[in-house]
Amino acid sequence: MRLEYFQMIDGVEMLNAQQARITARAHVPAQSPVFEGHFPGHALVPGVLLIETMAQASGYLIIALNEFASMPFLASVKEAKMRSFVTPDSELIVSAEMLHEGSGYAVTKAHIHHDGKKICDAQLTLRTMAFPSQDLEGHMRAQAEKIGLMKASRGHG
Amino acid sequence: MSSTFETVASIISTTCDIPLEEITPESNSMEDLGIDSLDFLDIAFAIDKAFGIKLPLASWSEELQAGNANVEDYFLLKNLCARIDDLAAAAQKS
Repeated sequence: MRLEYFQMIDGVEMLNAQQARITARAHVPAQSPVFEGHFPGHALVPGVLLIETMAQASGYLIIALNEFASMPFLASVKEAKMRSFVTPDSELIVSAEMLHEGSGYAVTKAHIHHDGKKICDAQLTLRTMAFPSQDLEGHMRAQAEKIGLMKASRGHG
Repeated sequence: MSSTFETVASIISTTCDIPLEEITPESNSMEDLGIDSLDFLDIAFAIDKAFGIKLPLASWSEELQAGNANVEDYFLLKNLCARIDDLAAAAQKS
């Protein structure tokens, strides 16, 4: 995870297109400016960044399933539960499954595990729309390649 | 078995906390009921699930933006319900 750059997903572990599920890994860095404020003397990953992490896993799932036909943007978060603290230098497993792929939107259920224990989960709605710029599409394709999404897509498409 | 309108009205009432008696077939979901596009995503999700269809929101949006349709065509509830019936019938045939 590069918290300051909102790059939350380090690598894709599994993508199952038939079941519309993705599992990815995210390593919380030992140090980050984020921890200077959240909190002094008691470093914790902010809950909003955990939600962002689940949203990104959901987004990569959507992009993999629609083969870059559209870009997902987080629209709503329901039933978000932060079940325990997440501290620096933690290895997280992030999963998302498609609940419904609508027209112009998708609904996912996502969760994060640490040491086999579920630490947060939420139902997310993402709008899907045409990439607003070629730069963004190029960035997303490069990022998808970097985290192994393309390889996982080819292996399980 | 409830009618399409009754089901849609119930979804809107539950999703947007609007009293059921304020929702009529002549209601425009956006102008009369004040439902915004984000709320409508929740409504669409519930309608898709209830009727086993996929409301074509993306193409409706494109048609509205291109000026090829009016908001009432899709978001006046009696028109929305008619489109849901058409989509549900097509889904049953396929």
